[in-house]
Amino acid sequence: MFKLLNQSPISARIGLAIVVINIVAALFAPLIAPFGETEVVGDVWLPMSFDHLLGTDQLGRDLFTRILYGARNTIAIAFVTTLLSFVVGIVGGFLAATLKGWTDLALSRIVDVMMAIPILIFALTVLSVVGTSMVALILVIALLDSTRVYRLSRAVAMDIEALDFVEAARLRGEKIWWLMRHEILPNAMPPLVAEFGLRFCFVFLFIAALSFLGLGIQPPTADWGSMVRENAGAITFGIFIPLWPAGAIAFLTVGVNLIVDWFLHVASGLKD
Amino acid sequence: MDSIAKLVLKRVGMGLVTLIVISLVFFVGVEALPGDLAEEILGQNALPETVEAFRKELKLDLPPHVRYFSWLGGFMKGDFGNSLANGRPIADLIGWRLSNTLFLALSAAAIAVPISIILGILAALYRNSLFDRAISMATLSTISFPEFFVAYILMALLSVQLIIFPSISNINDQMSLAEKLHAIFLPCLTLTLVVMAHMMRQTRAAIINILASPYIEMAKLKGLRRLRIIVLHAFPNALSPVINVVALNLAYLVVGAVIIEVVFVYPGLGQLLVDSVSKRDIPVVQASGLIFATVYITLNLAADVLSIVSNPRLRNPR
Amino acid sequence: MSKLKELEQLLAHGVITRREFIARVSALGLAAAVSPMLLPSPAQAASPKKGGRFRLGLAGGSTTDSLDPATITDMMLQVVNQGQLRNTLVEIDQKANPIPELAESWEATPDAKKWVFKLRKGVEFHNGKTMDADDVIYSINHHRGADTKSAAKGIIEAIEDIQKDGKDTVIFTLNGGNADFPYIMSDYHLTISPAGDKFVDGIGTGGYMLKDYEPGVRAFAVRNPNYFKADRAHFDEVETLSIPDVNARTNALKTGQIDAMNRCELKTVQFLKRTRGIQVMEQNGFKHYTFAMRCDTAPFNNVDVRLALKYAIDRKQMVKTILRGFGAIGNDHPISMANRYHAGDLPQRQFDPDKAKFHLKKSGVGNITFRLHAADAAFVGAVDAAVLYKEKAGSAGVDIEVVREPNDGYWSNVWLKKPWCAVFWGGRPTEDMMFSTAYAADASWNDTFWKNKRFNELLVAARAELDEKKRRNMYSEMQSIVRDDGGVVVPMFAADLSAATDKIGHGPLGANWEMDGFRCAERWWFM
Repeated sequence: MFKLLNQSPISARIGLAIVVINIVAALFAPLIAPFGETEVVGDVWLPMSFDHLLGTDQLGRDLFTRILYGARNTIAIAFVTTLLSFVVGIVGGFLAATLKGWTDLALSRIVDVMMAIPILIFALTVLSVVGTSMVALILVIALLDSTRVYRLSRAVAMDIEALDFVEAARLRGEKIWWLMRHEILPNAMPPLVAEFGLRFCFVFLFIAALSFLGLGIQPPTADWGSMVRENAGAITFGIFIPLWPAGAIAFLTVGVNLIVDWFLHVASGLKD
Repeated sequence: MDSIAKLVLKRVGMGLVTLIVISLVFFVGVEALPGDLAEEILGQNALPETVEAFRKELKLDLPPHVRYFSWLGGFMKGDFGNSLANGRPIADLIGWRLSNTLFLALSAAAIAVPISIILGILAALYRNSLFDRAISMATLSTISFPEFFVAYILMALLSVQLIIFPSISNINDQMSLAEKLHAIFLPCLTLTLVVMAHMMRQTRAAIINILASPYIEMAKLKGLRRLRIIVLHAFPNALSPVINVVALNLAYLVVGAVIIEVVFVYPGLGQLLVDSVSKRDIPVVQASGLIFATVYITLNLAADVLSIVSNPRLRNPR
Repeated sequence: MSKLKELEQLLAHGVITRREFIARVSALGLAAAVSPMLLPSPAQAASPKKGGRFRLGLAGGSTTDSLDPATITDMMLQVVNQGQLRNTLVEIDQKANPIPELAESWEATPDAKKWVFKLRKGVEFHNGKTMDADDVIYSINHHRGADTKSAAKGIIEAIEDIQKDGKDTVIFTLNGGNADFPYIMSDYHLTISPAGDKFVDGIGTGGYMLKDYEPGVRAFAVRNPNYFKADRAHFDEVETLSIPDVNARTNALKTGQIDAMNRCELKTVQFLKRTRGIQVMEQNGFKHYTFAMRCDTAPFNNVDVRLALKYAIDRKQMVKTILRGFGAIGNDHPISMANRYHAGDLPQRQFDPDKAKFHLKKSGVGNITFRLHAADAAFVGAVDAAVLYKEKAGSAGVDIEVVREPNDGYWSNVWLKKPWCAVFWGGRPTEDMMFSTAYAADASWNDTFWKNKRFNELLVAARAELDEKKRRNMYSEMQSIVRDDGGVVVPMFAADLSAATDKIGHGPLGANWEMDGFRCAERWWFM
């Protein structure tokens, strides 16, 4: 592991550093943050100062504090959601590709139905019925995302499944689970990991989109997507407050994807 | 090629079944929402008697299954019915908006798809170079911003500060094509930025994945030029995931533009669907929802067929 | 002259805007005495000019909208219906007085039970038909009867009978005296269409004729050359756009794609005010936000519980934080300062932890948690307001739990159902309409389920009372009864904020509804 790290290019190290910074911020938010998560400390949209490192938000809360707490809520939610969606999506996609026949047909039809319903409408309807609790939010987004993962993993697995070594393993009489774990998954990793890097970040954006329609994470809990939404109007008047939470999302996205790129590079076995 | 024709037929058939299922899902979904059209329209002004009268006039007092099948019957005959909220024929409501939605989606796709595939190929070709990293960072940053925020930034820059493009894209039929294109420039650019990164990155990943294959090594040993290897040998074999991601994003351009429509005041189908869901106008929800579903299913089918055509192994199943 | 000095000082200290200054000065008839330095341009004082295309960007439009006045409930169609296409019998002027519109005059019998409206003669609908009593009866009956689905049914339930007397006279018989009946006839639902109309083409008598309408997108209308008001409807064309997103509206105004917008964002309005070429208009009307307790449900059936909760809210903080100062503090009754009989001498209820504790103890309900249901569908910032309430009440020893409800379906599932919830009231131009709508014992929208004998007697008596002074005393007493006994906490009255380019000229703004009483297209002009 350390050897690998030593050989890693500078970009991967930057990515790693970014992710570590974010994780530290998330874990120790209450210790680092100068103010309380929902504490109103001053006037609205104050500029940067020593008291308020990044200024204040639309209700006069300290923005730096909100970003730290936002890291906590946002990263945790995004990570759990993405992981859940990948487990569900990959298992489904691989099963469909290897078993084919009725399994494929049934799974693909269910996914077709779900995907053919516009994603925001689906979320809007379900969340209006069950309420916008954190758990509901995570489950709904994970479910919706898993259909996308299913599609990709099924397509990739179909390609791999058509290759000779899978055929050989099948003739050897290997079980489905074995095929999936030992033959298909390793070979399908690169596109899936690339997708993971993006999907992870899409969760923030999806929450932001939901908050645009009045759903999403409930205030006053801090999350980056909603913070962008709540402060977005300022940009028209040349106040750059919403760029901070948006920048935080971008920062983490770039960090995660730098690591993903490195992984892709290592996995491809290419030397250059 | 016969097998492909058969596949297409089979898939079209299944697509129709999917549509029926979706119409049922929509119906049940909207029914499950609290309140009905009468209550939502009258809002705080609702009196028990007026709500009753409203329901009676619109036949909302009939049991759900009766209403669903009467809708289905009409739909099968090609009759979309009328909006419950304002009595307008749904075909009129939707036709104009659908063409607007497609216009915006196609304009954005015409820019986004070629650019992202070319950038993806170039990034794979010059991987780990400064160019690759710069492109990667730039596209990642654009998708890290929520799309409404990208829209606000573009508006603030190109509309409020520089006054080049209008901040609202309220197009109408009296406009010429050039005027329309000018009007939709900002939403089009926003959508392009939103979908580009995904397609570009998947193209790059798919090609790099293929580059490790023995036959590419072989080509390299034969001394072929890198660009030639990638364009002629790697890319065709990486097509399947690329086609899939392109199809997904095309579908997104049509179906997922709701927020862009709201921000730029663009009269598309997405806004109609959201409004109809919130007012529980079921026939409109059904009609616009099914149109979105059809777009998605068609693109999906096209992607699958193209994947098969592009992969020799899938083309000739053993 | 001292009044003028005072106004000049207010202006100098920024207490009032230049625009308000001019409005008030002209209201006092003092314009000639003002130093020319303080009057911005001669154009302001000049009479309205004709011409131009007025482009409005409005929140409150939906693709499910319909031109049928029975189902109009939001801003875009209110402005299109009453401010452009159709007229009502009565108009509310900028000083909140009823003035003739399609009716030329009206008079009541001494018991205010029978109202005779004389119609204006020779008014033509857009389709060329001349308006007469049959059209009025047809249009009003659209909102009456068992089969109507009209949102206005509750407003005109008191009408027992409508008769015509010749083609220019309509007689309304009410089931009880009502001195404010002309106000009711100004309601935006009660616009007059030709008899037999299906209400889909927007045919009316208004200053503009509908050319094109796409629900939730755009309405386009051109000036009616035969409009019966000579000094109104100055624009050649009016384009009303639905722009639900507040940032999009603001940008469109800043970039000159629209000339006026409603519902400015409270967060950014201070910046908009500083933008060159844009005027921000504040209307302090009847709109108020309440927390309604059901007086038929424990623990709110106990008047001491209600008083404890009324003493446990900090109204000033609410106005400062939730309304950002754009509004006025409430006094636990729904009558605003813009109303005629507002009881200004009633002591203002303050946040008072000691009294809150005292009444809570006196009530004997013990240590319980009060559940307050809220969603932002109730009003903008309702959830924040509830949280502020909870925090402040906590410091007074009153334990409140905020229950966040979904926005969707709030009016059907929470309001009138939950024992205590946040409520929006657009308010009413008269005391009687407000009280009869939401405080009368038998009112459908009596959201506090409050039945006070003295109050209900006064309500009926005051309604039919034509003596100004007696009426004022009755309404004062009623406000004090609601304040001390009622189930409603009224923390604040919210101002309406709209904005326009400074090329738009207008007189003093009517406060009865947003956008100059919905009549911006009719009353405003390009300078």
